[in-house]
Amino acid sequence: MSAFDWVTQLLYVASATCFVLGLHLMNSPATARRGNQVSTAGMILAVATTLALVAHAGTVTTTGWIVMIAGALLGGGAGLYAARTVEMTAMPQLVSIFNAVGGGAAALVAIDDYVRLASGGVAESTTITTILDVLIGAVTFSGSIIAAGKLQGLIGGAPITFPGSRAVNIAAAAVAAGGAIYMIATPSVVVLIIIIAAALTFGVTMVLPIGGADMPVVISLLNAFTGTAVAMAGFVIGNWALIIAGALVGASGGILTKLMADAMNRSIRNIIVGGFGTGDSGPAVEGPGGDVRSIAADDAAIQLAYAQKVIIVPGYGLAAAQAQHQVAELARVLEERGVEVSYAIHPVAGRMPGHMNVLLAEANVPYPQLKEMDEINPEFARTDVALVIGANDVTNPAARRPGNPVSGMPILDVDQAKSIIVIKRSMGHGYAGIDNELYADPKTSMFFSDAKGALTELTAAVKTLVA
Amino acid sequence: MTTVLLTDITIFVLALLVGFEVISKVPATLHTPLMSAANSIHGIVLAGAMLIAVTAHDALGYILAFVAAAFAAMNVVGGYLVTGRMLKMFRRSRSPVPAADTAPAVSGNGQNPAAGQRGASS
Repeated sequence: MSAFDWVTQLLYVASATCFVLGLHLMNSPATARRGNQVSTAGMILAVATTLALVAHAGTVTTTGWIVMIAGALLGGGAGLYAARTVEMTAMPQLVSIFNAVGGGAAALVAIDDYVRLASGGVAESTTITTILDVLIGAVTFSGSIIAAGKLQGLIGGAPITFPGSRAVNIAAAAVAAGGAIYMIATPSVVVLIIIIAAALTFGVTMVLPIGGADMPVVISLLNAFTGTAVAMAGFVIGNWALIIAGALVGASGGILTKLMADAMNRSIRNIIVGGFGTGDSGPAVEGPGGDVRSIAADDAAIQLAYAQKVIIVPGYGLAAAQAQHQVAELARVLEERGVEVSYAIHPVAGRMPGHMNVLLAEANVPYPQLKEMDEINPEFARTDVALVIGANDVTNPAARRPGNPVSGMPILDVDQAKSIIVIKRSMGHGYAGIDNELYADPKTSMFFSDAKGALTELTAAVKTLVA
Repeated sequence: MTTVLLTDITIFVLALLVGFEVISKVPATLHTPLMSAANSIHGIVLAGAMLIAVTAHDALGYILAFVAAAFAAMNVVGGYLVTGRMLKMFRRSRSPVPAADTAPAVSGNGQNPAAGQRGASS
């Protein structure tokens, strides 16, 4: 090993250290920004080191330099534009796109390496890591694009199945597996291309049948895939920085996938095999009848204004209505009257892990008020009013009993509050397709309206009480 | 089985374990920024994309290098900036307080700091 190799390897170790430290600093909102900066410092170091390596190799043609720099500038510009203009509600789509391009880039690195080596014979271990990289990268690429399309509403959010879709999925997997075995024995670029096509098909047919409610799991899983693909690219080109960074992202995606699946009480296999969304919801539970009480804005406002402690339970409906600013405003007015306000955030309240927190933070809600499920549940019993906005299944007490589609799902103990106000457009069902028993609770009043309008009305009504 | 592969696997497994340990301590509040930070970190594949260029000297090599570099750079830049943008919104207390005390106009002002930042950054 030359002195130059020593230095570059050590610099890669330093940048990997920065990634770990950066992620470590994300353990609290107070230090998270510094964490992001530390990660970025690591990235700049890694890119600079690679530039030195590339220049030192001395084999890069002028075209090679131009292509590399133009590509980086174009991609960087696209990233810059996307990052600055994206709406916080559209964050899941953006993360999906980033997953797609990350997986795609990782696959391309392995493809290039393989195409170059194929003529001269490829070591078995390189073939295996190449195949893994290409498979995972290509599945992530097409799967994430479909996921982004669903989230953006370009493709219907409902599970999409067509006759034989399961068969296509299985066939794609079989072709990829068969191709992989062939390639290990006989290096072949043609077979590699067949494997890529099969993996791309598999990605599409894997994500299409998954319903909108399962998106937090899908995004997390694809994030884990991307990380793994990048680590495999590191194996292929023998670069430790890629292996370490890829493994870190793989671990992160893996943890989030598990958390999201647990929060819905569903196994990951169950989600991938599919079709929760709207279809297979099991027998509808006998609803406790239509005995719901509806409430007008003035009465709801009085309840809220004279409460000591209010917990707001936001769900995806709030985000869909873009009403996070209105809810923050209502909370602020209540706080001015001395009401203690906090937010109960279910892990799957949103379209990706932590999404609701970001939306509320954008609306200027201080983060100490954002409480996780385990932290807030014991507080419902001493809460005067729980205000549920656009959340449904995650508040259904039926989850505590066996024998229905939401059984066993961890829920927010909203029904233990002294009184409950639910803002909802209609008596429609949530994703699980069953009645929410909370609505029939004698302590519950329903405020039938859209989230934005209802919150504006409530805020105005509370303000008049001040005067 | 080569020594190199064995070393690579060791590094991979250890990094996975470190990842699980560090990331399981990230609170749910920050899971979205965590994911976009992860996006930025897997942008390290930019290093791989740049190394393609070392050996590229035909059209296919150039195309692969170009696309891979563009994809990876999008991750690095976009992931970092969007994470920073989100983290900037997380505040311990309702920020610029002075505006919050001026009666009805409050409703607009309470949100302005956030809105202003959005405007400035876009």
